[in-house]
Amino acid sequence: MSDNEGTKKPKKVLGTVHVDRDRCKGCAFCIEFCPTHALELDKGFNAKGYHPPVLARPDDCNGCDLCGLYCPDFSIFGVMTKVA
Amino acid sequence: MSDTATNPVNPYLRLERMPSIWCPGCGIGTSVNCFARALTQAKLDLKMTSIVSGIGCTGRVSGYMSLDSFHTTHGRAIPFATGLKLANPDLNVIVYSGEGDLMAIGGNHFIHAARRNMDLLVVCVNNFTYGMTGGQVSPTSPGGATYTTAPFGQFEEPFNLPHLADSCGAVYVSRWTTFHVRQLTKSMREAMTKKGFRFIEVISPCPTLYQRRNKLGDGLDAMKFYKESSVVKNGADTRDLNIGFQTPITVGNFVNRSRPSFIEAQNKRYTEVFGPSYKPYPEGPHGNGANA
Ligand SMILES: Cc1ncc(C[n+]2csc(CCOP(=O)(O)OP(=O)(O)O)c2C)c(N)n1
Ligand code: SF4
Ligand code: SF4
Ligand code: SF4
Repeated sequence: MSDNEGTKKPKKVLGTVHVDRDRCKGCAFCIEFCPTHALELDKGFNAKGYHPPVLARPDDCNGCDLCGLYCPDFSIFGVMTKVA
Repeated sequence: MSDTATNPVNPYLRLERMPSIWCPGCGIGTSVNCFARALTQAKLDLKMTSIVSGIGCTGRVSGYMSLDSFHTTHGRAIPFATGLKLANPDLNVIVYSGEGDLMAIGGNHFIHAARRNMDLLVVCVNNFTYGMTGGQVSPTSPGGATYTTAPFGQFEEPFNLPHLADSCGAVYVSRWTTFHVRQLTKSMREAMTKKGFRFIEVISPCPTLYQRRNKLGDGLDAMKFYKESSVVKNGADTRDLNIGFQTPITVGNFVNRSRPSFIEAQNKRYTEVFGPSYKPYPEGPHGNGANA
């Protein structure tokens, strides 16, 4: 009915991750179980020789913090940044 | 993104002790994330919460948490925790240890604390082996798997831990794997605010010993196996919860009952016997049956 009906978009939650690269032991739990597959293993190494995760697809991260729940070395967590 | 964001687990950790000694892909740290979030959600008074461990890779948890922590001797976490609880009933006392520690050398303490309904929460990380000492058979080691002490395959009947806890009288019993982070967090939270002997089994990868010896890949392979092969059955009969070598793992919340705790039973008995001259012993944070 209203004029802007066609322009209404479903709300999209945006988020990001914080990575403490030197705590990471490269297990890839975060990458495997991120529901939006936003993470990838970095090609580079950290000080201990592991590949930490990077947010390869930032637009796909919703800040759900599942990566944070899975990470056994407490080296990543997700936060919501805004609802667009 | 602000630089002030902190990992929700950080306030619960002794950060100066990081990194942990745990191997890459070990699941113990994942269970700690769930535990930290459950502590937040259950709104426990952290000044009145203590964590007690025995010895083992899992036994390290107490020393990594920024709570009042006690790293006791092998197998003796539960008797230590019992004394702590009875000397100061206002404390929330949580035992966090491995299945070798709690169910082999500490097995006798476990069954009697459950029988007496001692007001303790026991989190048992079950990785099917003695991790810290190099991969020996533990009381949950599945038949057929090989170990340093069973090079031709383990042939003893393993414990089904939820059934053991249930038959000994635990009031809350659940089992999850480290894949089930949300469900595990919820069970931990529920169990934290309930009174009596509460037991949570956490099935967890040990890539370095159990898995390497049995050619089961790394920590991520174990997590994928849990994802594919776990069956959620809340309320399942605990007799049906045996775990074989790489067989499907039944997970869920199985028992949630109430019966008098040790202190309640003591107060009831002595009030009957001594009448008003008996001054009831304080019942602690979950007293008055509010959460029973
Ligand atoms: C009295 C005594 N006996 C034996 C040991 C050696 N020991 C240390 S840890 C452990 C078993 C650990 O296994 P578990 O509890 O399953 O923990 P995990 O390392 O797998 O997390 C043993 C036998 C000890 N420290 N003290
Ligand atoms: S916060 Fe959620 S969506 Fe973002 S990377 Fe972590 S698991 Fe993926
Ligand atoms: S889960 Fe943690 S330790 Fe494992 S790869 Fe991701 S950041 Fe690294
Ligand atoms: S030996 Fe096994 S249980 Fe111990 S830290 Fe390594 S993976 Fe974890």
